[in-house]
Amino acid sequence: MASGSIRVAETPFVSYLLRRADDALVLGHRLSEWCGHAPMMEEEMALANMGLDLIGQARALYGHAGAVEAAGHDEDDFAYLRDERGYRNLLLVEQRNGDFARTIVRQFLYAAFAEPYWRAMMASRDATLAAIAAKAEKEMTYHVRHCAEWIVRLGDGTAESRTRTIAALTDLWPFTGELFEVDEGDRAVIADGIGIDPETLRVPWRRTVAHVLAEAGLEVPKEGFMRNGGRIGRHSEHLGHLLAEMQYLQRSMPGENW
Amino acid sequence: MYTQALNAGPEAAERTIEDAAILARFQERIDAEERIEPNDFMPAAYRKTLIRQISQHAHSEIVGMLPEGNWITRAPSLRRKAALLAKVQDECGHGLYLYAAAETLGVSREELIDQLLSGKAKYSSIFNYPTLSWADIGAIGWLVDGAAIMNQIPLCRCSYGPYARAMIRVCKEESFHQRQGYEIMLALVRGSEAQREMAQDALNRWWWPCLMMFGPPDADSRHSEASTRWKIKRFSNDELRQKFVDATVPQARYLGLTIPDPDLRFNEETGHWDYGAIDWEEFRQVIAGNGPCNADRMAARRKAHEDGAWVREAACAHAAKSRVRAAA
Amino acid sequence: MAAAEIPLWEVFIRSRNGLSHKHVGSLHAPDATLALQAARDLYTRRGEGLSIWVVPSHAITASDPADKGMMFEPTASKIYRHPTFYEVPEEVGHM
Repeated sequence: MASGSIRVAETPFVSYLLRRADDALVLGHRLSEWCGHAPMMEEEMALANMGLDLIGQARALYGHAGAVEAAGHDEDDFAYLRDERGYRNLLLVEQRNGDFARTIVRQFLYAAFAEPYWRAMMASRDATLAAIAAKAEKEMTYHVRHCAEWIVRLGDGTAESRTRTIAALTDLWPFTGELFEVDEGDRAVIADGIGIDPETLRVPWRRTVAHVLAEAGLEVPKEGFMRNGGRIGRHSEHLGHLLAEMQYLQRSMPGENW
Repeated sequence: MYTQALNAGPEAAERTIEDAAILARFQERIDAEERIEPNDFMPAAYRKTLIRQISQHAHSEIVGMLPEGNWITRAPSLRRKAALLAKVQDECGHGLYLYAAAETLGVSREELIDQLLSGKAKYSSIFNYPTLSWADIGAIGWLVDGAAIMNQIPLCRCSYGPYARAMIRVCKEESFHQRQGYEIMLALVRGSEAQREMAQDALNRWWWPCLMMFGPPDADSRHSEASTRWKIKRFSNDELRQKFVDATVPQARYLGLTIPDPDLRFNEETGHWDYGAIDWEEFRQVIAGNGPCNADRMAARRKAHEDGAWVREAACAHAAKSRVRAAA
Repeated sequence: MAAAEIPLWEVFIRSRNGLSHKHVGSLHAPDATLALQAARDLYTRRGEGLSIWVVPSHAITASDPADKGMMFEPTASKIYRHPTFYEVPEEVGHM
């Protein structure tokens, strides 16, 4: 563990919250990397808006995780003082931006899950989580809408855009299995009525994906080997670089107020 | 957010033969504080001056995303990260408002972007300086946005309606930008010795370039006479610069930071702060393309534009196909 | 391929129910759906609106400022269209 890192008492509920928070932060961070470099200035605004939604969700979830853990950790402790092995996000969201097709496909595959997930979570027995869900659900509905429009345009547009979109789908598809993964701890949180079983979202997720890809004239990739490991901190090599950049100031000048 | 009186336009050189009576009537409208709207008659030189100024302003917003964007992924807290992303996003929005205002004068976005990317158009000199530490993000918000606001508030009363309306929107949205920067500086000066040094170093590097943002001294500023007569410009470069210095000195004192100008002193007689000589040779070099980051900024904008070409083409191709399908 | 000219759209926003849509500015988008989304992302970042219209700029037919006299001045003399033209004794009260 790097010096200055925090040790988190990962009860099932704390882990459950950190997993969602890390998804939102890492994906929001990825979107923020586009700032100043988007393909159209109008789209610049959209990417930043989606990034801000996700960073906002992460902050709310870290705040709640801190309260549940009750060890005095705040949102920045969780974001800046955990190493790769302590991060609990999906491998999907840490994948690099690549071209615009890849960013949009990644966002779509995640949002098509997150939208029904947060809608279901509005019924969580945990009032704070239910409130976070109510806000996130609306945000993710828009992300699905916006990304779906782009996927249709990229799939239908030109031969180049179609090729790029198919490549993105093919490469990112193996990361989608992890969306539905649960472990022992998650099951306890689900049994408590705090979390929901992601298996119940498989059908709506597939329906959204199939519908949008059909409209784009694209095929749903074949089921095959699915990657996992993000939820227990076994990441791709990309996350370490993302964190090295994101955490640089907090690590090089530890303990300061900013 | 950033306008700058960069250089003289060709308006004087290119005189079109316009009826003196029509020109006089136009000037009467201006003098009566009437707003000129897109389809109204306007002298060719007025149109040209506005296109140049508004598009330079728009380019500055878009290029201005890059120095601050350089720190979004390294912002030291989530609160700062969200605020900075929202601020840089605002700058893009302001660029868009301004390009739209310029387009009402009969020039297309594509032409304007082309002028920027080919190096024909200018943008504010300030964005050719690098952001080397987190404190630079504070200094930009505090000083660069502070200078920009000085420039922009009078533009809300500019004689050209679409420009004035865009500026009203920009000024309203920008009210958080300077506060955001000052708050970053406050946190640094209240922090460790290393943080205070970081803040002072940022002020040292940004102060003089910020004074240059207002453009050349009045004595050398050609053609500002026409802009003043047309009520595009309501204060001279030196007047705005002085306002900025007067407003900023007490803010720096509050932070406990030293403005890097040994000649800075309060003039009891005028009631203003006198400041030292600005290195106009540096300004000329930066405008000529020799600033520390000119090449990087242009390369980044060109890359974004070129990398995005297939996306724009795809969207247009889909739109064309959809139209055909709808007609069938 | 030549750089495609992405069409210009005019954006109108209803800031709250009960008010009419008001022109707020313009933007570029390849089609109506993306124009609507871009309008949302560009013009409603601070809760400025509850409803958006986007209209292709070329679809707008504008009056010619040169026709100002013919178009708008003839109404100036029709003062009988305004309530103050009519005299009603004060004791009748507000009408």
